[in-house]
Formats: sequence, structure tokens, C-alpha cells
Amino acid sequence: MSRGEAGTGREAGAGSGSGAGGTSRHGTTGDRDPGLQPERTRLAWRRTTLAGTVAAVLAVRAALHGGPSSASIVACAVCCALWVAFLLVAQRRILALARTARPAPLPARQATAAALCAVALAVCAAALVV
Amino acid sequence: MIDFVRNVRLWFAPEQVREEGSTPDYRFSLANERTFLAWLRTALALIGGGFAVDQFLPDLRWGWRVGLALALLAAGVLCSLRAVNHWVRCERAMRRGEDLPTSRFPALLGVVVAVVAVAMVVVVLAGWEG
Repeated sequence: MSRGEAGTGREAGAGSGSGAGGTSRHGTTGDRDPGLQPERTRLAWRRTTLAGTVAAVLAVRAALHGGPSSASIVACAVCCALWVAFLLVAQRRILALARTARPAPLPARQATAAALCAVALAVCAAALVV
Repeated sequence: MIDFVRNVRLWFAPEQVREEGSTPDYRFSLANERTFLAWLRTALALIGGGFAVDQFLPDLRWGWRVGLALALLAAGVLCSLRAVNHWVRCERAMRRGEDLPTSRFPALLGVVVAVVAVAMVVVVLAGWEG
């Protein structure tokens, strides 16, 4: 753990782009996981936000399809809010993953929040479909 | 069922998960997190599919269209709830040093998706003829 803390300052700068480059530059494999697990996890969150965006776009399209009415605008706003909430959860986790070389496990509350966003989107969808 | 309720309590109380056992290698936690995200993407894709059935098959009879859409949305809800539940169970098993939990869910989801796909093919073909 202490090694991860020591790497904090350096890792923060290299956070977004140079995954494999960090190893060769510092000449050690010790302070960066050679399997690039934090990077892969970060990209998994990105993919998930993309999937969420597709679902949200379809939701907005469904809400506005039959012409604007008060109910459809409310549904549209709810779907957009859920999308933003999901993005915030993902962004928090992505930042946490980029901060250290040995990130802490995902807090259960963030996992629950992300899943509940998906559930709420589905409930919204069911209300729109019926 | 009682087990499930206890797990649901853990979703919202991360500190309780952390009280048990010892912290596993961070790479195992991250792998568990990516599995959770993969299930969440599956859930979001199912929800997106529910929206798509509703919007891109407008010539279908109302009952079929809503039935298929609701089946996909329900599968998405189940999938995302199960994603958190499985994540919590794996996390706890790793902390306690137990075997990872087994699950019938992937097989069930596979069967449901296959049935929905066959139903869609039949419905679309029948819709074209009629």
C-alpha cells in the first residue's frame, strides 16, 4: 500500500494517456501494475457510460416521439437527470482510479447508485412504452 | 430469500463489507468491478433494446410490441440488480477467502434472450405477411 501512496504524485500526471509508457520511463515495473488493471477498469467505466448514453438517447427519442406533451417532457427530463447522475458516479470512480497505482476497491454505494440509475431508466422506459 | 435481503442491506452499507475478513489483492477487486460493469452494460443494452422494439417496430400490434419491450426492460432491471448483488457476494467471498459464488443467472438470461429473439423474428415475419 505504501508504495501506491508514494507513486501518487507521479501517477496523477500520467493518468489519462500514457499507460505503458510509465513503466519504461521510470525503469521499474513496481509502481505500475504491468497488467494495467486500473486502466482497464477505467476504460470499462467509459464503455459503460457510452452504453448508458445510447440508452438515454433512445429514451429521449421515445419521450419526444409523439410530440411534446407535459408528460413526455417530464419523462425526458427524468431520463436526462438519470444519465447525468450515472456520468457523475462514473467520473468520480474514474478519477479515483487514475489517482493512485493501487486503487481502493469500488465503494458499495457507487455500485448501487450506478445499478439503480439503470433500473430507474428501465422503469421510465416502461412508463413510456405502456 | 433472507440471504438476498441481507445482501441488499450490504449494498448500502459498504463499511459492513469491509469489516469482514482481509482486503484481497487490489487486482482481484478491480477484476470484480469490471465484471460488474460488464453486467451493467448488458443491462443497459437490454434496456436500450426495449426502447428500440417500441420505436422501430411501430407496425406491430400493440400487445406484441409492448410485451416484447416490457420483457426486455424487465430483463434489464433483473440484470442490473443481479449485477450489484453478485458483485457484493464476490467481494465478500474474496474477503473471507471462500470460493466465489456460483450462479444460474447467465444461463437463465441466455434462455430469455434467445426466446425474445425468436419471438421477434416470428413477429416481424408475421407482421410483414399480414
